[in-house]
Amino acid sequence: MTKRDITLTLNGKTVSGQADPRMTLVDFLRVVLKATGTHVGCEHGVCGACTIVLNGEAIRSCLMLAVQVESQEVITVEGLCEEDGSPGILQDAFRDGHGMQCGYCTPGMLTSVHALLQSNDDPSDEDILEAIGGNICRCTGYAQIIDSIKIGAERLREDKS
Amino acid sequence: MSGAHDNPVAGSNYHYIARKRRVVEDKRFVTGNGNFVQDQDLPGTLHVAVLPSPHPRARIVLINAEAALALAGVAAVITGDEIAEHTLPLYHGLPLPECRWFPLAHEMTRYAGEWVAAVVAEDIYIAEDALDLIEVEYEATPAIVDPEEAMKPDAPLVHPGHGSNIIYDGDFEWGPVAEDFEAADHTLSFRARWGRSSTVPIETFGVLAKWDKGTETLNVWASIQMPNYPEQIAAALRMPLNGVKVNQDIDVGGSYGVKRGIKHTVLVGYISRKLGGAPVSLIEDRLVNLASGDAHGPDRIFYTDVAFDQGGVIKSLKIRAIDDCGAYPGRGPFQLGKPIAAIVGPYRINSVHYRPCSVATNKTGQVPVRGMGQGPTNYMIETAVDEVARHLKLDRFEVRRRNLIRSDEFPYLNPTGTKYDSGDYETVLGKVTELANYDDLVKRRDELRVEGKLAGIGIATCLEPSGGNNLFEFLFNPKAEISTYMEGCQVRIDSVGNIVGTMGTTTSGQGHETLVSTILGEELQRDPDDIRVIHADSLAGLPTRSPIASRMAVMLGGAAAGAAQKIKDQLFQIAAHNLNRPIDGLEYSEGTIFDRSDPARKLSWDELCNIAHRQFHKLPEGMEPGLQALHVMQVPLGGQMPDEKNRVQLYPCFSFQAHIPFVEIDPGTGKVTVLDYFIAHDCGTVINPDIVRGMIIGGVAQGIGAALYEKFDYGPDGQFLSGTFVDYVMPSVFEIPYVKDVEHCTPSPLTSHGQKGSGEGGYLGAPAAIASAVNDALEPRGLSIHELPMRMNDIEELLNGEKPE
Ligand code: FES
Ligand code: FES
Repeated sequence: MTKRDITLTLNGKTVSGQADPRMTLVDFLRVVLKATGTHVGCEHGVCGACTIVLNGEAIRSCLMLAVQVESQEVITVEGLCEEDGSPGILQDAFRDGHGMQCGYCTPGMLTSVHALLQSNDDPSDEDILEAIGGNICRCTGYAQIIDSIKIGAERLREDKS
Repeated sequence: MSGAHDNPVAGSNYHYIARKRRVVEDKRFVTGNGNFVQDQDLPGTLHVAVLPSPHPRARIVLINAEAALALAGVAAVITGDEIAEHTLPLYHGLPLPECRWFPLAHEMTRYAGEWVAAVVAEDIYIAEDALDLIEVEYEATPAIVDPEEAMKPDAPLVHPGHGSNIIYDGDFEWGPVAEDFEAADHTLSFRARWGRSSTVPIETFGVLAKWDKGTETLNVWASIQMPNYPEQIAAALRMPLNGVKVNQDIDVGGSYGVKRGIKHTVLVGYISRKLGGAPVSLIEDRLVNLASGDAHGPDRIFYTDVAFDQGGVIKSLKIRAIDDCGAYPGRGPFQLGKPIAAIVGPYRINSVHYRPCSVATNKTGQVPVRGMGQGPTNYMIETAVDEVARHLKLDRFEVRRRNLIRSDEFPYLNPTGTKYDSGDYETVLGKVTELANYDDLVKRRDELRVEGKLAGIGIATCLEPSGGNNLFEFLFNPKAEISTYMEGCQVRIDSVGNIVGTMGTTTSGQGHETLVSTILGEELQRDPDDIRVIHADSLAGLPTRSPIASRMAVMLGGAAAGAAQKIKDQLFQIAAHNLNRPIDGLEYSEGTIFDRSDPARKLSWDELCNIAHRQFHKLPEGMEPGLQALHVMQVPLGGQMPDEKNRVQLYPCFSFQAHIPFVEIDPGTGKVTVLDYFIAHDCGTVINPDIVRGMIIGGVAQGIGAALYEKFDYGPDGQFLSGTFVDYVMPSVFEIPYVKDVEHCTPSPLTSHGQKGSGEGGYLGAPAAIASAVNDALEPRGLSIHELPMRMNDIEELLNGEKPE
């Protein structure tokens, strides 16, 4: 198989790499671009561990091919950090709410929530459930994730005003 | 929002323990900087894909891998014959010489999906392509799927050499069972079925191995959580134990007991050596994880007889427990053994007859799942209590109050010889009824019933044995004379006063770095945020038994406290020597040691550390320079072997929880919705409130899954039917209500700070509680169900009278 060159905007920076046409986007991010923050849990679109933000929308990177993101804009969990790599507001909210245990689902949770809060900075309980309904967390039973999201939403609103 | 706060009961005397503090590990997880096994990036790594058997039980006649080997990028194809020739069988807990277990099926396959061959290739895509090119000729034979059928003498044998499918059959009697049954006002019997499920982490198991020719060391990075992992690798590969280096600084993406990929590890270890030192990785995909990871949980049938009096006080139990351990028993049968510690639950039951039996069938193997069999056992015990209440038409809460051990009875010796350390069960039960606003809940239920709906309130009051010990292994196998399950922690203070705590095992979400730094901070009165905690590799040699059995708060916490105490002792000696004062005239405050009668005479932390590291002339005679201490903790009350009646202290500490779920059942579809869930929990002193709250609620969520959704299903022919999350059914946030929790604190007298284990409790009570709620909802229809999971169609069939009870 001939590899294709792929160029995209990843977390605000233009990056490129080569991938077989059949390579999934999550493998491309992790293996080729070495952005290992994004995780793989099921490879069949159910668990949400591989969630990234593509052109503003939360999507599952295990169900897409790398070649599909040519010239597109991708945000992964690494992109939610501050410039210097320290945790961003939403990430710190997850620390304060301890919205995780093993941390494996966390990047997918954070990107799903990031996409939600971009379009809706004051989400209702239903909005929150809807946003993370496709992200399975096996550790927390979700309560502290919900707490963390609420802390984060409030802080982001304060940050804007 | 009811986030965790300082724990008011336990927190009063502490600076850091029981206080709300950020969890150390969380920072790397939120930024995408976790160090998971899949994130390891060794140049030239080869990837392994495994070929699943399509037959649950077949003779392997021929394997032709020529075409696969010819594919560009394929480095090797390994078969069971090769593995069996070059490695020793994997270790079962019980002596089962004729149940030979290898990473790849040897001569015959024993379950659908069993690995028949492994392809090693440059990347995983090529490896998977090559699988399609392997030709295998099988001679299929009928499979045995049902465990009770498998016990019959004429059943097809999973391991013909073993001569039977019965792997273990035990008979224990503690206390006067016959007399108690004889004297009882009433008896009743029931059958309860715990379905085959597991805790299924979101990260599958993965391992990377690299044979280092220069040092003759096998380096292993794995998402592992198991005791004796290096030992079992070395044994199977016929290597010296000091030639296996397991790197314990790998973040494990969830485990809850099940990350025990020993066969995966032996396979990649073998391949890396065979190929002269190439790094070789095997990362399960989800299908492999579900179908053939040898990581299923208990699959258990109970036949229970209960003897009780007119007031509902339970006197005695007779329990037959049959567990389907799958094709390769491993440590599975011991999941019948661990629950012996709390086989009578939190109740004053006088005697018990326990007959545990482990049976092999053509299914993938078992691993210890969160609580190691205590979840199913608690489900059975709570079913017994509810059945007694139903039989006598008494309130289920009242029957519990009459049976619960009273707070003035601790330490309480149960009939199996285990002493419960401390507890206040009735107060905890009171707290959960208050939290649930019980009277209102009853009103809500009854209003729903008036509307023609099915609604029910559940109750479960359960124990969580914690601190770990291994003596159940001896009860099942007298050759296993093991009377310690120790844990080590080393503390080192460097020359500028920075603190490093070292632990010897991996972490899979329990926050051990936070645990150790909090306890060291508390003991040394230094800020935990400045304390670094690292995971020594297995050759760096800290004795460890891994984070199983709800043991780390007790054991690692205790080891950290013990090591800190040794450091403090050394600092006192240095100070006494230099201040020229007796030790008992000195006082320690935040690292500074001063003369109590003249506080200006003092040595600061920096000065003390400097003396220890650089000023030998200022050290007391005979003291080693430097500042480090290792403490290896023995299990509290451990060290005894069972007496002639098989009585023994199996676990040291007993946490307690009371659960109240509120459910509604759609009478048309049978769908159960958990509307509310309340839990009161007592694990003694809470080290970190956020961590404890998370593990409890997370455990409850897994328990709801086990009760209502999750199942590894096999067809009658032995085909595996649960190869995706959709078929297995993992609960999402829509299935799990926002669990409301309250803590209570009855400190343990046996541990460094009164702490007990808390990693398993939620899971150990939730299935019982949900079953209780569902049965309460079904009660007006005169129906009941004692089989988990209670999936929608099961309940629908029951409601429509299609499924005889
Ligand atoms: S890995 Fe993509 S949804 Fe599970
Ligand atoms: S934190 Fe472990 S799966 Fe969510």
